[in-house]
Amino acid sequence: MKLTLKIWRQENAKAKGKFETYQLDGVSPEMSFLEMLDYHNEKLILEGTNPVAFDNDCREGICGMCGLYINGRPHGPDEDNTTCQLHMRKFNDGDTIVIEPWRSKAFPVIKDLIVDRTALDKLIIAGGYISADTGSAPEANSIPIPKHKADLSFNANECVGCGACVAVCKNASAMLFVAAKVSHLALLPQGKIEASERVLKMVKEMDKLGFGNCSNTGACEAECPKSVSISNIARLNREYICAGLTHEN
Amino acid sequence: MVTLNSKIPDGPLAEKWSRYKSNCRLVNPANKTKLDIIVVGTGIAGAPAAASLAELGYNVKCFCFQDTPRRAHSVAAQGGINAAKNYKNDGDSDYRLFYDMIKGGDFRSREADVYRCAEVSNQVIDQMTAAGVPFAREYGGLLTTRSFGGVQVSRTFYASGQTGQQCLLGGYTALCRQIHQGKITMYPRREMLELVLVDGKARGIIIRNLITGEIERHSAHAVVLATGGYGTIYYLSTLAINCNASAQYIAFKKGAGWANPCFIQIHPSCIPQLNLYQSKLTLMSESLRNDGRVWVPKQKGDKRHPNDIPEEERDYYLERKYPAYGNLVPRDIGSRAAKEICDDGYGVGDTGLAVYLDFRDAIQAQGKKVIVGKYGNLFDLYEQMAGINSYERPMMIYPAGHYTMGGLWVDYNLMTTIPGLFAIGECNFSIHGANRLGASSLLQGAADGYFVLPVTIGDYLAADIKTPRIPTDIPEFDAAEKTVKQKLEHLISINGKQTATSFHKRLGKIMWDYCGIKRNADGLKKALGLIDDLIKEFWKDVKVSGELNELNPELVKAGRIADFLEVAKLLCSDALNRQESCGAHFRDEYQTPEGEAKRNDAEYKYVSVWEYQGEDNLPVLNKEELKFDFVELKERSYK
Repeated sequence: MKLTLKIWRQENAKAKGKFETYQLDGVSPEMSFLEMLDYHNEKLILEGTNPVAFDNDCREGICGMCGLYINGRPHGPDEDNTTCQLHMRKFNDGDTIVIEPWRSKAFPVIKDLIVDRTALDKLIIAGGYISADTGSAPEANSIPIPKHKADLSFNANECVGCGACVAVCKNASAMLFVAAKVSHLALLPQGKIEASERVLKMVKEMDKLGFGNCSNTGACEAECPKSVSISNIARLNREYICAGLTHEN
Repeated sequence: MVTLNSKIPDGPLAEKWSRYKSNCRLVNPANKTKLDIIVVGTGIAGAPAAASLAELGYNVKCFCFQDTPRRAHSVAAQGGINAAKNYKNDGDSDYRLFYDMIKGGDFRSREADVYRCAEVSNQVIDQMTAAGVPFAREYGGLLTTRSFGGVQVSRTFYASGQTGQQCLLGGYTALCRQIHQGKITMYPRREMLELVLVDGKARGIIIRNLITGEIERHSAHAVVLATGGYGTIYYLSTLAINCNASAQYIAFKKGAGWANPCFIQIHPSCIPQLNLYQSKLTLMSESLRNDGRVWVPKQKGDKRHPNDIPEEERDYYLERKYPAYGNLVPRDIGSRAAKEICDDGYGVGDTGLAVYLDFRDAIQAQGKKVIVGKYGNLFDLYEQMAGINSYERPMMIYPAGHYTMGGLWVDYNLMTTIPGLFAIGECNFSIHGANRLGASSLLQGAADGYFVLPVTIGDYLAADIKTPRIPTDIPEFDAAEKTVKQKLEHLISINGKQTATSFHKRLGKIMWDYCGIKRNADGLKKALGLIDDLIKEFWKDVKVSGELNELNPELVKAGRIADFLEVAKLLCSDALNRQESCGAHFRDEYQTPEGEAKRNDAEYKYVSVWEYQGEDNLPVLNKEELKFDFVELKERSYK
């Protein structure tokens, strides 16, 4: 396959970025998208040009580290996958592919296609946990949990923290990310105890970090590689309203 | 020579850990707040360790190379985590879990350490559940388990096919809570490049900030390595691209013994290499072999569509060779059989390095709906990666490097041969012997991190309560920083013609060919020569683009590959020394007449512990003799 790549190049956080156009020949349809970029980088290095920097690690769709805006969509044209799972057989010979980093005020570009997503960690640090010191746990089966609730909790916690939901949202909202964590824990009896405090803290932090609001377009759910459901946002709103009404502080 | 004192407590097997806990030295709460601990790595061992130590009151500095501590490769563990809860009333016990692990490891691990891991397994499940890990449940709301390879009880707790991710998020959120409390300072996107010893004790690390390229100094009273395994030495493996052996190698060079480096598990069912630029082999869960049948065409080079090859022209070689276990033979045996049949020219696919895993018969017998229910997500994953619909044509699979049982030598306290340097999780060698039992990697990491290290590190630090905070402006840090800068500058200055990745690929091929599924003396000697040549070529001709003081993935890669080249020699030397076959280590020269692994307990019932002797000398081999007071050594048979 022969491709035209339009890639966002930006030397560092302060530099002004721009698109560079590259011609790439010899791409195999069996390559993953990231292997195509590896192949391109190997060529650039030998030509004496700096390779394109991009984040990646597990390359099997579970660590959440990779994340590219490909032809105007987070993680590219395929459904329910991360960038590392996308393969070149989804493209055609002669295609032009536009590759950009996540675009969001909360995710500043560090270099080329790499962005800073520490804002997502800050949301969890604000309260996305259960306070259970090591050693203090009761016997695991002492608290039964209805299977459908445990399953819903699991589904919410399938979020890999890639940030596609924020990147695709026209408001750069982190509602789906926060909703996933709030739901995961609020659905479990273990997490119920701190639920109202948690949701208030996480929403407050979300506003503080400059994420936008939710206007229910559903783009986050559509582009989430793990299909985390937008119904979690409904649960987040419910938890937030209830917490606001009942929380003592 | 280093002294290897395993420090196993006295007493009956089942009482050792409780006796240890009752007698070990403690640090009182007020003194804990005066002590600093560095934890490198945030996987299923590192994250719980950092959180648990911070909960106790220590000041923790935690480092990872990813952009956030939630991404360590523990997330990729699919199958589950073992515990001896005996919820199924099927006769499970701490002893049985211990026995399965020590037998699965082909009797090359320490009884006391393995038993302790089994003993705390139930606490691990309790802790994870309390932290919100959504394990699979029965309709009555209680936790469920499933069976896993190589054992007769159902003791594997799981969360769909994403157990590792769910467990790690439990550790990660506990870590986040301690960051919130101010007890952990988190340093993401940092790579450890040197270990600092002061008066022979581990007192700090030198790291590189991967965004700015700055070299930073960090000190502590103790250093904990939780840096995972080195299966990426084969280039293609089931590991994450960034997994590496550098932290372990750095510790080794500073005097930490490296135990059983050649014990690496090769997983039999992975998506094979489909193109020359492939960077990774994705694991397909072992559970598929419950219903899938493994075969190759009887005729060499048969290029027909697999569905057009009639039954009588197919060789179901596992069923033929191992009638009792058939397609369910253990990992090491399945891997060897696949390699042998492909080496003989019967492999399928463009490369000839793959075998079929066929669900046709299972779909016919059970119906497609049942198969979708059992393996739907795995079939989807396979189609995503390989572009093949496995309901209609067989999957192609091939073995790939997976898990390292070997690692830094530690005593019962999880301390290496360097005082104050601890190693936990896959990074140490402690409990898996020569072959890891399925669903015990998450268990070991979590056991070390949550329940073992927080106790044993106190025993060490109790003697350190009067030591004030370690300064970083001392000559030891100056020297360490200088070493780091010299290496990095050297790498950039070579400016050769070959990329770092190209060297990694070549090293991977040497290791796969000569120190992979099967090994022999001639091959290993040849590999050692080839690696020496490759090292010389690397330092003459590697091309590292970019600068020192910037985000520079090529520099990071080159540094890791420079270390891999050295570690590869250690692996081959260890494999050459071990003149027996055991677990994942299979030497052609040592097999039974039926072609199975032949252990040599009389001469090799020891842990090989390699000790660094400087750049110009070969490492020295030390031996820790293994004593089996509570189990009888037996031969594994799966015929």
